[in-house]
Amino acid sequence: MGNDVCVVIEHLRGQVSDISYVMLAAARGLAESSGGKVLAILLGHGAQDLAQDLLADEVLYADHPELTDFTPDAYEAVLVQLLGEKQPRAILLGHTSIGTDVAGTLSVRLKLPLVSSCRQITSDGKYVSQICGGKIMAEGELPVPASVVTMTPGGYKPEQGRGSARPEVTAIQPPPLTPMRTKLAKYIEPAGGDVDISKESLLIAVGRGIQNQDNISLAEELAKTLGGVVCGSRPVVDQAWLASSRLVGKSGKHVKPKIYLALGISGAPEHTEAISDSDVIIAVNTDPSAPIFDIARYGAEADILDVLPSLTEQIKQLRG
Amino acid sequence: MNIAVLAKLVPDLVEELTIDSAGAKLDLAFARYIINELDDHAIEQGILLKERFGGQVTVVVPEGDGADDVLFTAAAKGADRLLKLTGFSPDIGNTRALAQHCSEIIRELKPDLVLTGVQAHNDLDGSLGSLVAGLLELPYVGYVSGVAIQNGAASVRKEYPGGLIAEFDVTLPAVLGIQAAEQPPRYVAVSKVRQTMKTATIESMPASAGASAPLLTISRMYKPEAAQHATMLAGSPEEVAAQLIGIFKELGVL
Repeated sequence: MGNDVCVVIEHLRGQVSDISYVMLAAARGLAESSGGKVLAILLGHGAQDLAQDLLADEVLYADHPELTDFTPDAYEAVLVQLLGEKQPRAILLGHTSIGTDVAGTLSVRLKLPLVSSCRQITSDGKYVSQICGGKIMAEGELPVPASVVTMTPGGYKPEQGRGSARPEVTAIQPPPLTPMRTKLAKYIEPAGGDVDISKESLLIAVGRGIQNQDNISLAEELAKTLGGVVCGSRPVVDQAWLASSRLVGKSGKHVKPKIYLALGISGAPEHTEAISDSDVIIAVNTDPSAPIFDIARYGAEADILDVLPSLTEQIKQLRG
Repeated sequence: MNIAVLAKLVPDLVEELTIDSAGAKLDLAFARYIINELDDHAIEQGILLKERFGGQVTVVVPEGDGADDVLFTAAAKGADRLLKLTGFSPDIGNTRALAQHCSEIIRELKPDLVLTGVQAHNDLDGSLGSLVAGLLELPYVGYVSGVAIQNGAASVRKEYPGGLIAEFDVTLPAVLGIQAAEQPPRYVAVSKVRQTMKTATIESMPASAGASAPLLTISRMYKPEAAQHATMLAGSPEEVAAQLIGIFKELGVL
């Protein structure tokens, strides 16, 4: 196995995802300590321009019509061939709906261990992963001689992985890519007709602590009184208590309001990565160890079902 | 349409998690276990597919506190066959080994579709579905929130950031990592589960011998050391509400 660190670049509909730059930043430290290079792997069709600001020593670019959009099968086929030849120290993929589709099968086919939910790779070659809904950090030696790693945001800023000079791009020949067992049929755009929570300045966000659908009205009443919009975390939307257009999180919207009032939300990494650009986060939760309190400016250890009615009532009185 | 659903139990995050004295694993002596929430969605999706397209749903759960309850509850919802993997306890860092055991069971079952939650909160060495797919050389799509069967193939809806959905055609057999079932997991009354316990049978499936040792080592486990912590508001709910109003005023909202 070699010393290079390979980063599988994620892009969606013509845009490189921030996680790609995060991974390039993580790869730099490891490559320096192992004496290798950072190799960005870009798969696409007519997508060479996406390489222009990748902070990599070299970009390996595979161009094929079957790579126009992400499909697990096509990515797996190219990556198994390429990485089998390159034998890098580590292969970084996003801990995302793209990266995790490939990471497991890749690790099995290349017979390499897999480290998931990795937030940071230390200069002495340790992985640091955040698990258990953000409540536990686990660390250990990044397996040698090589391993597959899926990375989460939070440990590095995307700017650390952006370069000002266009990197050297080397074309690689993908293997035959037909027939594929997974094929993209179409994209389905998010449903319109609802408010765009990513543009709202005051969000009243509810999580599991809201307990049932009837209690959503408590949040709606506060939003109406205060002048905000109700949104929610994954469990609330999965229960169909709120429309999917109101989902904040990894699969939902990334928001950047002036105030994000997190009610009964624990603060799992899948949620917090989508609210980190908020100006002020205020959290109310019964669990004093909830990770949301580590990113909130203000917090209260309390039951939202007690606080919500009182808050709405006091605002009503204030407004006469 | 024969469907296998892989589910596992995980520590309930509502309870305080404790790290043992050696500092490299959780002390789970007093932990409460619940079904991995996304596996519950996978069971629901499996039963929805059976209701629409016919067939049989087999649910596989590794042994542990609450495993029987998960299996009988699945049966009460409509699962046909209940399998308990014995001789293996899922833990942080052994999902790869769990995937090997589950793969052996799947090889015997030969289902058209394998469903499992796209991840569990204690996954550290990969998620079960993608690893099983790799071991069985089956196609895999994760973050799935909708499945239809057409002409012997699956049409699956995969979630991307921002609410974007990608619809994929997937040849069968395949493994799908479920993010959300098309409807919330159905509720079954405890009385119905108890009734099911009298008629349904749980079959034991011993873990295959010789599964490889964990490929991942954990040298240290700790609680996140936050760079900051919220300024906490104390008092009764009314007092907390009053302080929140003060903050809203300060921020120009009121």
